[in-house]
Formats: sequence, structure tokens, C-alpha cells
Amino acid sequence: MGNLQRLLALAVLAVSPVLQSAYAESPEDKGLAIAEETDRRDLGWGDSDVVMQMILRNAEGESSVRDLRLRSLEVPERKLGDKSITVFNKPRDIEGTAFLSHTRILDPDDQWLYLPALKRVKRISSKNKSGPFVGSEFAYEDLVSQEVDRYAYKWLRDEACGEAAPDRECFVVERTPLYEHSGYTKLVSWVDKQDYQPRKVEFYDRKDALLKTLLMLDYRQYQGQYWRTHRMDMVNHQTGKSTTLTFEDYSFKVGLSEDDFDKNRLKRVQ
Amino acid sequence: MRSRSARLAAGLCLAALSLPAGAEEPRFDATLELGTELRVFPKDPAYGSQRDRALSPSLYLEPEFTADWNGGDDRLTLVPYARFDRDDDRRAHADIREANWLHIGDGYDLVVGADKVFWGVTESRHLVDIINQSDAVEDVDLEDKLGQPMVQLAVPSDWGTASFFVMPYFRERTFADRRARLSGGARVDSSASYDSSAEEFHPDLAVRWSQVIGDFDIGLSHFHGTSREPRLLQLDAGDPTNLTQHYDLIDQTGLDLQYTTDAWLWKLEAIGRGGHGDYFGAAVAGFEYTLFGIAGTDMDLGLLAEYQYDGRTENGDAPGVLGNNDTFIGTRLTLNDVDDSSLLAGAVVDNEDGSALLSLEAERRIGDSWKVEAVARFFAMGQAQNSAYGLRRDSFVGLTLIRFF
Repeated sequence: MGNLQRLLALAVLAVSPVLQSAYAESPEDKGLAIAEETDRRDLGWGDSDVVMQMILRNAEGESSVRDLRLRSLEVPERKLGDKSITVFNKPRDIEGTAFLSHTRILDPDDQWLYLPALKRVKRISSKNKSGPFVGSEFAYEDLVSQEVDRYAYKWLRDEACGEAAPDRECFVVERTPLYEHSGYTKLVSWVDKQDYQPRKVEFYDRKDALLKTLLMLDYRQYQGQYWRTHRMDMVNHQTGKSTTLTFEDYSFKVGLSEDDFDKNRLKRVQ
Repeated sequence: MRSRSARLAAGLCLAALSLPAGAEEPRFDATLELGTELRVFPKDPAYGSQRDRALSPSLYLEPEFTADWNGGDDRLTLVPYARFDRDDDRRAHADIREANWLHIGDGYDLVVGADKVFWGVTESRHLVDIINQSDAVEDVDLEDKLGQPMVQLAVPSDWGTASFFVMPYFRERTFADRRARLSGGARVDSSASYDSSAEEFHPDLAVRWSQVIGDFDIGLSHFHGTSREPRLLQLDAGDPTNLTQHYDLIDQTGLDLQYTTDAWLWKLEAIGRGGHGDYFGAAVAGFEYTLFGIAGTDMDLGLLAEYQYDGRTENGDAPGVLGNNDTFIGTRLTLNDVDDSSLLAGAVVDNEDGSALLSLEAERRIGDSWKVEAVARFFAMGQAQNSAYGLRRDSFVGLTLIRFF
């Protein structure tokens, strides 16, 4: 009986890496295990296509709107990042502008920009991770795929998720960027214990002062497995500006391949 | 009979079901860009034949019509273009920028019809870029292009993308009217002469291979056909301002290379060309270095420098060229603001006679459907031998207000 009990306990530990990390006790191990579980639950989505709207507001409350379309390709190898193409539809003067990124983990990403007026594809520097993405409060590094190995982790505490998910309990995990040129010293994430999705993130600038808060709202599940937020609210505490991202018409496994994420294809996307 | 029509109906139903849910095909889209431009010429013209008008207004429109089906894998595009100019009869012109059918097949892309194609990496000179003729009346930077009729096939593979071009019709470069500014006081006859007896119907061919290898973007190309650069011949010995265009058959091999590392972009374009007198080589090489987030702001400042070399024989059988031994330095300021404001300022200096072309381009969006562009070009000419000497009093500032519909 004693043996059987031990066997059962081991089996439970084996299927539940987070539980396992709870026993390991180190806050770093627990933080990493939470990130790995988030990543594991999202494996296998393949490729996706979504329509995005970006609403930019300044401190006076004036707003402007961008319409974009985002296509992504999952690259299953942990040592490689995902690929994505962002195509702008509005404002009209940047219609057809497309941005291609091949994400790396710790190396600089490969990025190209397509300028439709000149029909020109330009390889651009990816050093600018912390700069604003098209004038918004989202930095480039906030929008690219969140690869596990880009950060070091530390579990801080468990607590209620707060306003983004009032009835849920969250892990609070501190992330430290390991890649060069990050604009942050640390990020603090609230990850809900049930679905392992981030509900809130606080960003600390290079002076370790609170810079921005991101709320991730309206999660919906696709294909019985993949959770996607449909609204992201980013507030910059230092400037009073904010940006809201909304997502519509998510579709998965639409048949995108590596060829669709080739720089020579950029001028063909719409 | 009945069973056949039933099968047909069932087949049609299946075909209808196989369309993506909710997508109405084909999808049509029509947009319009309308611009009003005012050019200001502060100096009197250099030549008596030119009208002395300090303010030169013009207006352009560029509608775009597209239809796509098969989930975007088939697309028809039509982009006509027209400009109305008060002071330059040649600049008042119309063009088809694009009129083509794009088909994205299984392992290939096909374009049939007029299209624009850009090759190259450098900023100050576009040596490798040879598919389209320049629309030289639009702006003196030669970056505006006329639509080129072609059949274009691109085949991507692990070894890079190979593209093949067949161009059955050639289009002559446009030049300013003699009475207008930026004409150099010359009249360029609109009926050109050709090396090829087929004249503008000589079938031009081009092939290009491009590949990304790590931090390197590489392109290799070869073009065989009618040179996009005309030689300007004197029509009548008594009147050096009366010119005609002559187009030679050339072979041009091109290489473009960019190495991207950290905040550095290292760029090289090089060509070898036969058919314009002796075989010659030409190259542009340089870098762009970007200072991101200058002074704790969101602004980026780019520093650019390029060297231009061209080995063609001066006064030989090749068209005259400005950038034979010149240095370009420039700066690009990007505000990264909501209005996408940016500014590019630069100077190309002739290393031999010190002549300089200075230019400044700035743009910013206003609201959702307006945009303002400013351009300034200054011609600081040293010696009369410089081929841009004729422009020495035509420095100008242009302001364009654009409305998008």
C-alpha cells in the first residue's frame, strides 16, 4: 500500500509540472514552471489570422484609430521564435504597409518593412525593442510572441487577479528580460490559476519606476484549447496616454506556411 | 438527365459550401488619393525660354481599384494616375501605374500586366533598380515610376526566390517642357530612337535571385534589353538645346547586399553594364546607423552616408551621370508619434567640383484622412561642366496636401 501511494503521488507530480514546482519550492523554479505551463497549453495552434483595431488616446482624451491585420505562424522549436506579419489598413496613408518579423529568443529578431508607395521591402534594425509601435503605448517587445526563454522568472505570491478577472485567483510572477535592448528592468504578471493566462502586467522602466499597466480582457477559447484575449488596455502612468487593442474574427489553421512569411511575399499580402 | 442535373446542383452546393464562411467573393475595393501641390521657386529662371513664375500649382489624383477572390490568391489591380500642372505641359500627364492580375499559385506567384517592381537597398542612388522607367516630371529624384507591362513569375524555395520577367513593351522617360522649370532650358523631343529595330517592342528579359542568409539580404540580377537611361542626342548642330532620346540595348548584371547588425545597416549596390560604350562598373556603398530614443524621447535619429562611383567614360557612349564620384550624407528623424512624422535631409556632394544637391523631405499625417508633405531641393552648382548645371537657378520648395478617400 505504501508503494502504491508513493506511485500515485509520483504520477500526480509527473502530470502536473506546476504542482511539482510547488514542491520544489524555489520561487524561480515556480515562476518558470508557470510560464512553461502557459506555453505548453498554447502549443499546436499552427497559424492564425486576426483583425485588430488599435485606439490611441492622449492625456487630453483625443483618440485616433488604426486598423490592422495580423497573421502568425507557430514555430514549434523552443529555440526559435514565431513569425508574424502585420498589415495596416487604416489610416489610409499607411494602407498596405506591412511589417514582417521572424522572432528570435535572445538574438535580435529579423524584421522587414514593406512600403507600398515605392513597392520597396526594407530590412530594418530590430534594436528598437522599447520604442513605441506606430505611436501607441505598446512597445514592439510587448507585441511580439512571448517566448519562455526571453525572461528569467520569480514567483512572488498568489492573490486575487483583480479588476481584469474579479472572480479568479492569480499567480503573481516577476519576469526579468534576458534579451538585450529591452526597455524594462522587470515585468510583473498576474497569471490566472485556472487557465494559465496573463490578466494583468505591470511594466517597470529602466529606472525601476512603474511605467505602464496592461489589462488583458475578454478571453475566449478556440478549438477547445487556445485562449485568446480580445481586448488589451495599456495605460502609460508617466504620460497619461493609453492604447486599447481589440481583436475580431480570430481564425486558426488557415493554411499559412513558411512561404507566406518570406520577405519576397510581403508585397503580395493584403 | 434528371440525375445529371441533380448531381450538378449537388456539386454547386458543395462548391458554395467550400467557400470560406461569411466571405463574399469577389471582394471589390476602390480608394482615391487626391493631392494639391504648390512649388515655390525663389530665383528667376536661368534661361530666357523658361517662364518666370515663382509659384507653380498642380494637382494629382490616383484612384486604386482592386478585386480579389480565392481568398486573396487572385487579385486584379488598376491604378491610373493623372497630374494637372499649370506651368509644365509635360508634367500635366496621365499614366497607368498598375493594371495587373496577380495569381498566387502553389509554389509560385504570377503577375500579368503593368506593375511596379523595386530592387535595391541604398538610399542616394538606385543603381540596381531597372525594371521600371522613371517618371522624371514627377520629381527630380527619379523615385516615381511608370507602370511597366510584364509577365512576372516568382518561385520561392529554400534556396531563395527566383523571379523571371518578360517585358514586351518599353516606355520612354518623360522630361519637363522647355518653358517650364527644371528643364535646363532644353527641349527633349518625345520621339525617341532605338538600337533595336523592334524599337519599343523589343522584348526585354530579366532574372533575379534573392535570399536571406542570417543577417545578410542578398539579391543578384541580370537584365537584357532596352536601357531605361536614355542618351540625349543633339538633334540640330545649330541648337544645343534641342535634344532627342536614344535608347541602347544593354546587358546589366546587378548585386545588392545589406548586412543588418545591431543599429547598423551596411549597404552595397553594384552593377556591370555592357552596351553603353565600353563595359563599365558602378557602385554605391554606405551605411545607416540609428540612434534609438534620442535624449530620452520616442524619437529615432538615423545617420546615413554613402559613396557613389560610376566608371562610365565621360562624354563617351553612355548617358551622362551625376553620381560618378560623389558622397552622400544624410539624416533621418522619425518622431514615432501618432501622426507618423518624419524628416529626411541629405546632401550629395560631387567630390571633384564641389557641386551639391541638397534635399529635405518631411511628412506628417493630419487626422485620419489627410497628410502633408514638404520637399525642398537646392542645387548648389560649382562648374558649368556638371550635368545638373542647368538646374542651378531652379531650387524649389514644394508643399503637398493630400486627401485620402
